[in-house]
Amino acid sequence: MKVDDTVVKSIAQLAQLELKPESIQENIDSMTSILNLVDQMQSVDTTGIEPMAHPLDTMQRLREDHVSEPDQRELFQSIAPATEKNLYLVPKVIE
Amino acid sequence: MQWEVVIGLEIHVQLSTNSKIFSGASTAFGASPNSQACAIDIGLPGVLPVVNKEVFKKAVAFGLGVGAEIALKSVFDRKNYFYPDLPKGYQITQLDYPIVIGGEVEITLSDATKKTIHITRAHLEEDAGKSLHEDFHGMTGIDLNRAGTPLLEIVSEPDMRSAEEAVAYARYIRQLVCYLDVSDGDMSQGSLRCDANVSIRPMGETTMGTRTETKNVNSFKFLERAINHEIERQIGVLESGGTVHQETMLYDPVRDETRPMRSKETATDYRYFPEPDLLPVEIDAAYVADIRNNLPELPKQRALRFITEMHLSETDAMILTSSRSVAEYFERVSEICDDPRLANNWVRVELMGQLNKEGLEIKQSPVVPQQLGDLLIRIKDDTISGKIAKTVFDAIWQGGGTADQIIEARGLKQVTDASSIEPVIDEIFANNPQQLQQLKAGKEKVLGFFVGQVMKATQGKANPKQVNDLIRQKIK
Amino acid sequence: MAMHNNTIVELLAALKSGEFSSKELTRHYIERIKVLDSLYNAFITPLEEQALQAAEQADADRARGKELPLGGIPIAHKDIFCTRGIKSTCGSRMLDNFISPYDATVVENLTAAGAILIGKTNMDEFAMGSSSETSFYGPVKNPWDLERVPGGSSGGSATAVAARMCAGATGTDTGGSIRQPASLCGISGLKPTYGRVSRWGMVAFASSLDQAGPMTQTAADAALMLNAMAGHDAKDSTSITDPVPDYSARLNDKICGIKLGLCKEYFEDGLDANVQQCVMDAVLVLEKMGARISEVSLPNTRQSVPAYYVIAPAECSANLARYDGVRFGHRCENPVDLGDLYRRSRSEGFGAEVKRRIMIGTFALSAGYYDAYYRKAQQIRRLIKNDFVNVFEEVDMIIGPIAPSTAFRLGEKIGDPVTMYLQDIFTIASNLAGLPAASFPAGFVDGLPIGIQVIGNYLDEASILQLGHQFQLQTDWHKRTPASAEL
Repeated sequence: MKVDDTVVKSIAQLAQLELKPESIQENIDSMTSILNLVDQMQSVDTTGIEPMAHPLDTMQRLREDHVSEPDQRELFQSIAPATEKNLYLVPKVIE
Repeated sequence: MQWEVVIGLEIHVQLSTNSKIFSGASTAFGASPNSQACAIDIGLPGVLPVVNKEVFKKAVAFGLGVGAEIALKSVFDRKNYFYPDLPKGYQITQLDYPIVIGGEVEITLSDATKKTIHITRAHLEEDAGKSLHEDFHGMTGIDLNRAGTPLLEIVSEPDMRSAEEAVAYARYIRQLVCYLDVSDGDMSQGSLRCDANVSIRPMGETTMGTRTETKNVNSFKFLERAINHEIERQIGVLESGGTVHQETMLYDPVRDETRPMRSKETATDYRYFPEPDLLPVEIDAAYVADIRNNLPELPKQRALRFITEMHLSETDAMILTSSRSVAEYFERVSEICDDPRLANNWVRVELMGQLNKEGLEIKQSPVVPQQLGDLLIRIKDDTISGKIAKTVFDAIWQGGGTADQIIEARGLKQVTDASSIEPVIDEIFANNPQQLQQLKAGKEKVLGFFVGQVMKATQGKANPKQVNDLIRQKIK
Repeated sequence: MAMHNNTIVELLAALKSGEFSSKELTRHYIERIKVLDSLYNAFITPLEEQALQAAEQADADRARGKELPLGGIPIAHKDIFCTRGIKSTCGSRMLDNFISPYDATVVENLTAAGAILIGKTNMDEFAMGSSSETSFYGPVKNPWDLERVPGGSSGGSATAVAARMCAGATGTDTGGSIRQPASLCGISGLKPTYGRVSRWGMVAFASSLDQAGPMTQTAADAALMLNAMAGHDAKDSTSITDPVPDYSARLNDKICGIKLGLCKEYFEDGLDANVQQCVMDAVLVLEKMGARISEVSLPNTRQSVPAYYVIAPAECSANLARYDGVRFGHRCENPVDLGDLYRRSRSEGFGAEVKRRIMIGTFALSAGYYDAYYRKAQQIRRLIKNDFVNVFEEVDMIIGPIAPSTAFRLGEKIGDPVTMYLQDIFTIASNLAGLPAASFPAGFVDGLPIGIQVIGNYLDEASILQLGHQFQLQTDWHKRTPASAEL
């Protein structure tokens, strides 16, 4: 897999990470070396092998439909960077 | 050029549960901002989702209601994107293994033609929060009360060819989810929202045109207008030699127009992958069978029963089954008075007319089925005439008591004693010699005049049919 | 013997007999932390007043006849666990200001068992690392050689136990983060079966791999801590419902006749000859004790690191998306718009290794690469699990090395991520499969400790601990203490 600056930029955009021009090459290099390691997988024939998302082979338990959570807004918003009128504040969102 | 319109709908239905899909926070509408956003809903570090049992029950009920295949194994996935109303930076949804696969519904259009709309799939997912754009010094406020509310996203095939069809389909889905108690279907509270995928192509063309997606339309009126605007816009673009771009549109009901959304990139890469915090959900055939056995009668089956067993017209049956509560009201009244057609008339015309006038839902009706049924019994046993019954109905509506109490208190009982009606007839004959001549000469039209006079004189308490018979006997 | 050199088992006996009080013990550890931790940097948040108060309470409870399984025992939590009212940083600037509004289940369970929380330990940022060098709070030093790393990511916990600054500590293990620092610091560490210990309140790195476990001087101590930590938790959908056995019950059973597999792939290449010798010496001890040793094969071992470096970053790229500067954690100054808020808050809040993994994970999941990377890795994951399933039809447990070498020098591998990643080559496979595995002290090379790995079958932690305990009855590697920790 060839990683170039287009790839690095678009991945940084998706991941919402700042990418300073001077760090592009560094990113290309480290992604390339990690992908070289990762690409060793490609030598394994996995035809017909079902992907395994989870170590447990059990089924999901489900919860009863009960309201169990009290209002803890004050506690939660005491650690929030910016709130007003009980709302979390962010720079203006344009729809 | 003749254009063919191709429409598919994605309908988000809020499931009527007490708690959220992955947390124990309340889903009640209208709470103070963020008071129903618990640790899981705001995505604190270290929190984990736990699935609400009820959402599967409701999703399966919907699937059975549209004749779909129910997936015995379904898997939750993460859909990744950044947005301030999406606290975790991903939405938990179902991509490759949705709970409901396929299905179809039949819609009826205004010209009474019918059409089948196919459903691709329906999957469970969590709702996002809400952005409030009122001015917080140029900031946006985020309320996460709605975050984590359970949704069923119902995806249709692109089977619809006009805004009317799309609206008919959406209305049907709303009716169905209300019937099945899957959702309250309250669009004003956002319990049912539509995304419309619209494209056009030259008539006869088989490949699809480029589609746009108009998001979050929350009324049927807006849905119709949004689609029609989008159709016109696309025709305008194509006919002036332009190209339609695949993009997300927003319908602005104030300006009555669709415009591209600026905030979300059109080609967002959602990087779906299986949600590692949740295992696959497996249900068995017995579980599905149990829900099937407890499924309420669907509107279509009910309408068919009204037509075949109660001999109502198709139109009447459709109206009476438009919602589960109307149908249940009607059936109760019909059962009490043992006369479906009489019950049909009164529920459809008098009751629904009055409800409409006062802007009430049938559940809020001041006249309960027992009261209406009792009233209709009194029409059937000739205690009162249909006309007097309307007076009594109004009185019950005003809280005047039961039919019998009102009839008694106001002396509205029908006069059926011939000996007390005959003198009235004689007097009217005497006062109208000319008309009497005409009647005797066989002029049937005048009969109505005399009946009317008698009814007037008895203040409506006589039975018109009986009056009719008595007059005929007298002129023989 | 100095108070702090006692194991938890011994401390409980001493507290019970009244030899000393929990308050005295706690104060003793607090003093040690105050003096020693300037050398190691093992703690991000040492707790004093609160710990002493809790100890006083524990003494009062004991006086009233209330016996708790860990009553009055001072322990430390890796700073990945949320502790209500206490800063819970995960080693990151992102959470430098994060006072958790709730307790992790592990924290609740250990508190309920009577343990005294004496501090929160340093770690690789978001548990991403094998050296405890990626912490926002600076690197942790190995008590056996202050110029070397203690391993990671639970390096603070390993150091705190090795330098006897607490009786035991919690760790988490996503690819070896309990076992490798345990090995490099000369203590015992167990990663239980995936799902045995609740993940509620444990800041997520890679959800399908993360598992919490005890880090202690001995296997017997680990059993005591695991007794308190393990159990079904309705708040964690991946938590196992099987009843929890008493992990101490079988410790004294002999291991005669037990079948142990030596995985040949672990000895093929990359393993330091001296480390290999230590492992083989330990195997000889086990053989003398009656264990039956045979060679087994886990043919896909070599694929575990590549598969892991797709799966773990992919999960982390989503798990770390919630750090957006909106509801908690670091927020940049004066964001000009939403994108600026996201990008600057995240870039300022996360360190280089975390960003590197988010980038790789985002890439592996992105359109066009999903099948070649993520899906492929999940298929390999199944092959790796199948290898284990096959081997466990032949043997009861697998024995091998933990890490290719003893503790390396600070800064030695930090500039080369891939070399660092290969540190975990022997430990990652059990995370991918979800199997329990432990590290027990097995010798020294040039004055640096080295551990052996014991991998057990699903939910068979009891056998691993039994083997560890029996081994520790025959050896004294676990009793040695670093000179730097002498006061």
